[in-house]
Amino acid sequence: MTAADAMSNWDRFVFTFFNADIAMKYGWEILQGAGVTILAGLAVVITGIGAGFGLAALRAIGWKPVNFLIIVFVDIFRSLPPLAIILVLFFGFPNIGIVLPSLIVLWMSLGAVLAAFAEEIFWAGITSVPKGQWLAARSTGLTFAQTLRYVILPQAVRLGIPPLTNRAISITKNLALGSAIGVNEILGRANSALSMSANATPLTMGALLYVLVFIPLVIASRTLERNYRWGEH
Amino acid sequence: MSSAAAAPVPRYLLEARGVRKSFGTTEVLKGVDLLVEPGKLVFLIGPSGSGKSTLLRCCNRLEEPDGGSIIMDNVDLLSPRTDINAARRQIGMVFQSFNLYPHLTVQKNITLALRKVAGMSTADANARAAEMLALVGLPDKAASYPAQLSGGQQQRIGIARSLALNPKIILMDEPTSALDPELVGSVLAVVKDLRARGITMVIASHEMNFAREAADKVVFLDGGLVIEQGSAEDVFLRPQEDRTKRFLAQIRH
Ligand SMILES: Nc1ncnc2c1ncn2[C@@H]1O[C@H](COP(=O)(O)OP(=O)(O)OP(=O)(O)O)[C@@H](O)[C@H]1O
Ligand SMILES: [Mg+2]
Repeated sequence: MTAADAMSNWDRFVFTFFNADIAMKYGWEILQGAGVTILAGLAVVITGIGAGFGLAALRAIGWKPVNFLIIVFVDIFRSLPPLAIILVLFFGFPNIGIVLPSLIVLWMSLGAVLAAFAEEIFWAGITSVPKGQWLAARSTGLTFAQTLRYVILPQAVRLGIPPLTNRAISITKNLALGSAIGVNEILGRANSALSMSANATPLTMGALLYVLVFIPLVIASRTLERNYRWGEH
Repeated sequence: MSSAAAAPVPRYLLEARGVRKSFGTTEVLKGVDLLVEPGKLVFLIGPSGSGKSTLLRCCNRLEEPDGGSIIMDNVDLLSPRTDINAARRQIGMVFQSFNLYPHLTVQKNITLALRKVAGMSTADANARAAEMLALVGLPDKAASYPAQLSGGQQQRIGIARSLALNPKIILMDEPTSALDPELVGSVLAVVKDLRARGITMVIASHEMNFAREAADKVVFLDGGLVIEQGSAEDVFLRPQEDRTKRFLAQIRH
């Protein structure tokens, strides 16, 4: 193998994955996709974690029929692959007269999946708070609801933060599935740029953008864990 | 009799009679009387599983008794008309494992119920917390978290937390048994101070020396029944019942 051959391989690699012309041409387009990913991601994280928290708090009341429904919801959405939910909502629901925009379908599907996992995580947190915390709070006259709110849930949230951030990140990454139903997020736009340009540079840009979008989340989760140490070292 | 029931000043601050409690098919309390006069310190002793904790928890309905009656300062605690959350403010509770709220500072541990139950302003509650911390000898710990304190300090905070609500009685469930021996004294000193202030207490504990020094009455519970009761001298030095004798021999090793 000659030095010239090696150089040409290198050039081909650069031409395919790091092509400046292509990057200029489709850059703005893909960057807009990042905007869609960020907005949809925020919507999924906020509604998913919010709903999961609400469901876990509701479950703590211990009303049997409600708890049964919560458990059914949670188990179904934890076991279904997100893509299956997305396809059912997008291609199946129009048959029963419910037509939803692709972005809404993506948000609802991933939001429901995250809500299911978040509920389980918060619930595990609530049940692992020692019984003595309930006894102490109730013995001072705090009501059930006050005990839940001021004593139990803050501790459950802290226990839940590490698994919850991991879950939130891994579920939000599924926003790329939106490309299957034509949502113009990062991967969708990179993919169509790929087929138009016959060059992989848009995918490189997409990957780079995913990293830029998700790294702050990963860092934020670390900071969050640190801030919840309550005097322990 | 009816004339006694109509007496204006009740003889007992806490009057629990015939208290029964079962968990599933196990009957843990089989009709227990616990009578506590105002200002007195009652010691509750008995082997593990005899029902001491259950009895204390029945006295503020953290456990729901299956039968019997519990009258606290003329209030029938088991009546459906009684606001149990209001009644619990009058009954402090101190726990073997302290049960401080780990996510809150010492100050917030003490003020939570003051603000949310007693409806105090934050400023008033903080002032009350400072007063309580001084009383238990930890005036500089307001900003600490429980995890930063020794067991003895945590238990004194536990006492400060229940005392802050100005309860009529404080129930303590083995307040020193989770502590290293060298830390027990600091907690008992606080208890002795409370007794000197006339605060009524029921303490489940095996600290016999302390009981002999401070208890007005010792109640020996075994198998869900009161086997024997009397002054600390009587119960510890001149026990009448065989079960009491056996138990005392055991805890003395
Ligand atoms: N929530 C519960 N469910 C089922 N059984 C219980 C419950 N709480 C207590 N018991 C049982 O009731 C009995 C009395 O328990 P309790 O804790 O009142 O005893 P104790 O005298 O405080 O013992 P110890 O000295 O070990 O604290 C024990 O046999 C215990 O297993
Ligand atoms: Mg006990």
